[in-house]
Amino acid sequence: MTTPARTDAREVVLDVAGWGDDVRGRAAAGARLVGVYGSDRGDGCRLTAVLAEQDRLGALSTIVPAGTDGVARYRSLSPEVPAAFWYERALHDLSGVVPEGHPRLDPLLLDRGGSTPAPRPGGPAVASGGTPMAGERPGPVDVVGHGMFTLPLGPVRSGVFESIELLLETPGEDIPHVNVRPHYKHRGVAKQFEGRAPRDAVLVAERVEGISSVAHALAFCHAVEDLAGIEVPRHARLVRVVLAELERMANHLDVTMRLADAAGLAVAVSRFGWHKERVLRLTSSVCGNRFGRATVGIGGLCRGLDLDTRSLAEELRALGSRIRSDIRALEASASFLDRLRGTGPLAHERAVQHGAVGPIGRASAVDNDVRRMRPYDGYRDLPPVPAPHAWSGDVLARSRVRWEELMTSVATLLDALDTLGRAPVPASEATDTRVPDGLGLGSAESAQGEVVHALELSGGIVRRCFARSASFHDLVLFHDVFTGDVFTDLPFIEASFGLGYAGVAM
Amino acid sequence: MPLPWALRGLLNGTLTTRYPGRSDPYLDGFAATVEVVGGRDPDPPGVLPTQEALDAVCPTGALHRSESGDPVVTVDRGACIACGRCVLAYPEVFAWRRGADVAALTRGALVVPSADDTEEAVAAVRRALADRVRGLRRSVHIRHVDAGSDGSDEWEVQALLNPVYDVNRLGIFFTASPRHADILLVTGVGAPGMRAPLHRTREAMPDPVVVVAVGTDAVSGGLFRHGYGSSGGVGDLVDVDVWVPGSPASPFSILHGLLLALDRVPAERAPADGSDR
Repeated sequence: MTTPARTDAREVVLDVAGWGDDVRGRAAAGARLVGVYGSDRGDGCRLTAVLAEQDRLGALSTIVPAGTDGVARYRSLSPEVPAAFWYERALHDLSGVVPEGHPRLDPLLLDRGGSTPAPRPGGPAVASGGTPMAGERPGPVDVVGHGMFTLPLGPVRSGVFESIELLLETPGEDIPHVNVRPHYKHRGVAKQFEGRAPRDAVLVAERVEGISSVAHALAFCHAVEDLAGIEVPRHARLVRVVLAELERMANHLDVTMRLADAAGLAVAVSRFGWHKERVLRLTSSVCGNRFGRATVGIGGLCRGLDLDTRSLAEELRALGSRIRSDIRALEASASFLDRLRGTGPLAHERAVQHGAVGPIGRASAVDNDVRRMRPYDGYRDLPPVPAPHAWSGDVLARSRVRWEELMTSVATLLDALDTLGRAPVPASEATDTRVPDGLGLGSAESAQGEVVHALELSGGIVRRCFARSASFHDLVLFHDVFTGDVFTDLPFIEASFGLGYAGVAM
Repeated sequence: MPLPWALRGLLNGTLTTRYPGRSDPYLDGFAATVEVVGGRDPDPPGVLPTQEALDAVCPTGALHRSESGDPVVTVDRGACIACGRCVLAYPEVFAWRRGADVAALTRGALVVPSADDTEEAVAAVRRALADRVRGLRRSVHIRHVDAGSDGSDEWEVQALLNPVYDVNRLGIFFTASPRHADILLVTGVGAPGMRAPLHRTREAMPDPVVVVAVGTDAVSGGLFRHGYGSSGGVGDLVDVDVWVPGSPASPFSILHGLLLALDRVPAERAPADGSDR
């Protein structure tokens, strides 16, 4: 791989052994693994590793031929590049490629049993019901000893939550180990992108992880705009920032509400629930949809908007001061802070090793914020977003990162609205631009962290889209944060991660 | 700051909507789905888009042109993901439908404008459901199951508990145990991995049970209606009583669906059973 000149540096294709050595070498030299995925090529599988070097994205690819038994094999990256651990399991589930020497090749996204064929993203379409889930199988048991037992939490959780199974291994109160099993709500998202025109695939991107619809739509559109060399008009860039920051606020308020709920602070739950509702209504007053959907389009915005920026800014100022006041009240609630301080710490070294993204990384002093690394859209026109100041790695640090970001979001929004001024924003979808074939890389910063879409286009339609949510990248760190924590810490730790499980299960 | 929360709950007065007692501007103004405004008797003739044109504009195939007799265009709100492309492409045929009250008692009633026999069928279903839920009118408990959502549906269901919607004031509660539950609220496309857990949850609930499919994903699978990871909605997995479209269904739409299930929809706001307004 030649050193990429821009974030859009295209992939480099190597032989299998050379590819593995190159990825390992670059990771050892400090490159951050963003993801590994497979794209079916009939007689084998094209593997692509997406890496970030000096904050720039690049792709390394290889073709792994199928063996005489029809199975493609290669030497696993995970022993030397631990961040590949979940990616290679997902690769095995979806593409049927075997990473030899992987430390634990259990099903992660799709339990196909022994003989069911893999859906093979990038290959031919799979019929509905073509890849049935194997029967329900119990999860692994890792900790054995006197009085140890496994408590499965989920997939149907208590309360209104997304389906996921957490296997708590415990002697009764401590939680020495947790296993995460997200496969229950696997929706086959990767195949949903394929065969669609890019402008239809944006709608799929919005549904990868519904609570970060805007970030995924932006990452996807950036990938297409990168391939086609489309420049987004200034007002559309600013509206994109408005939608993205409102989405971030709603997510951070949701996390705060869940933390308050875990501590039984009823008034705080109500207050932050109200603030979140106000943000969703602000989003719907901007674009008609509470999640900012069907607004971001390739080349800008797919519909025109008539924004009353002055009244939006006015409401935002009032909302911001209410939120600030309620956060101050949380910071003055000793019984609440006691539950957060020292709980579920993520060691800085582990965060560096994994290349943790989003508030989880920032709270452990690993700052991989796309808005600062590779400013996009309106972030190029506005003052830089300041980095938060909490590094202790525990639930409290993750919460404080989000509380600081809530306030910087309000400031960024006010700047964006002020710059935008009062004028109708026309639709700016690039409907006529021909998008060349090839691989495009796009990214955006969701409330959960860096979202990356690696998009392969062929003949103007999507052949493969690797939609990497921040949630998928960070959830594996859940294994590493239970150090002396007990049952009642679990809701705090889970809330402080603030991840969307749809974006994990894909 | 001693006792930081003691008086904070009183700071901003009452935030709660007065729906269903009174109307609510956010409910009435919310563009939850689309309606057909010029699907019949085109003037000038030939303006009505062809089926190919409708399929090209709608990513979920929710628009249909019927050629029996005069050409008629219908929209299946159960498949509509509210992307608004039809409104942009054919403003003389399609328009945003204002109002979050879009739940229906039969799957067929989500196809609008509806045939007259659909309205009769809906009336019969409503009578049967009303008989079944007579014992549930005062207070009900809900069990929610995510059968493969994109995550936004859970936010909107959860929002029913915030002070703006506060469904507890209406005697509606959420419960962790299916044994205590009267209503099963299902979101998501019906992911294969959730079929068995969904079935077990339903089996654990004591009859009578009302099943509400929340969101276009749960009603029809929406954008993900085809594919190995979807059941094309949850209608084939459980017996659904109330269908709430929306991608995702807004909190008011869900609340309207719950009231519809309990036969408690206010009289002046009759359910959207297909009659265009």
